[in-house]
Amino acid sequence: MVLDQRFVGRTYPPSAPYEVGREKIREFADAIGDPHPAYRDPQAARDLGHPDVLAPPTFPIVLTMRAGQQVVEDPELGLDYSRVVHGEQRFVYDRPVRAGDRLVAVITVESIRAAAGNEIITTRTAVSTVDDQPVVTVWSTLVARGTAASDGGR
Amino acid sequence: MSAQVRYADVVAGMLLPSATFRVTREDLVRYAGASGDFNVIHWNQRRAREVGLPDVIAHGMLTMALAARVVTDWAGDPAALVEYSVRFTRPVVVPDDDHGALVEVRAEVTQLLAARRIQVTVTATSAGEKALGQARALVLLG
Repeated sequence: MVLDQRFVGRTYPPSAPYEVGREKIREFADAIGDPHPAYRDPQAARDLGHPDVLAPPTFPIVLTMRAGQQVVEDPELGLDYSRVVHGEQRFVYDRPVRAGDRLVAVITVESIRAAAGNEIITTRTAVSTVDDQPVVTVWSTLVARGTAASDGGR
Repeated sequence: MSAQVRYADVVAGMLLPSATFRVTREDLVRYAGASGDFNVIHWNQRRAREVGLPDVIAHGMLTMALAARVVTDWAGDPAALVEYSVRFTRPVVVPDDDHGALVEVRAEVTQLLAARRIQVTVTATSAGEKALGQARALVLLG
């Protein structure tokens, strides 16, 4: 498989707005075992200077994975998802995601390169409010393992 | 935002309180549901082995979330984390027993930066293997 370099710079259509709810944040915080009160109690969040409960730092992956499906499932790109493992992940926050946010994710293919028989694709997803206020930028690197590699996946 | 640690109280080389997290199959099922990542390698041993893994493995994003705890618990306000990046190096293998896997997380202040920011370098290991590499957090202190 050789991924087409012409996909570098391609931006996909924005995701449908995602409405962040307090209970979804609580569910996510429970799933990562994080008892921080700012993820559950609006007053605890306000005591730290936030208008409503915060989402944990890795919560944006819930939105960006959905946006990423557009790339992963793009038949023109032809990524073989059965060979894909998560290589790297980066979040740069303008502010934390919080309950009540209505967020839109726009994903762009930032780079495609080959290394050690693997194809490595990095996407950048800009997450902003429906009013265009930036919230977080998320980079995900996926590694499509070539036949030479026998490393584990995740 | 109001990190409860003051920039003036921090020096390079300072260690944050470390933590060990237990990850069981039940945790993986719960994380799959909450995150929407239902990749079979995180809950189906047969399918995990078919793709060459030793057993079911934890979601990399769950390990990344656990590792962040060491930084956000220390800072007090999770919003103090302004940047966070990791490389997934070795999978966290989670056996089908009551003990699961242990993920040990350590973190060290590696740089004092301008504007009350610091760089924290995080390590996460499981069964003696490095689960995360080049894990770094940029933290805004009070």
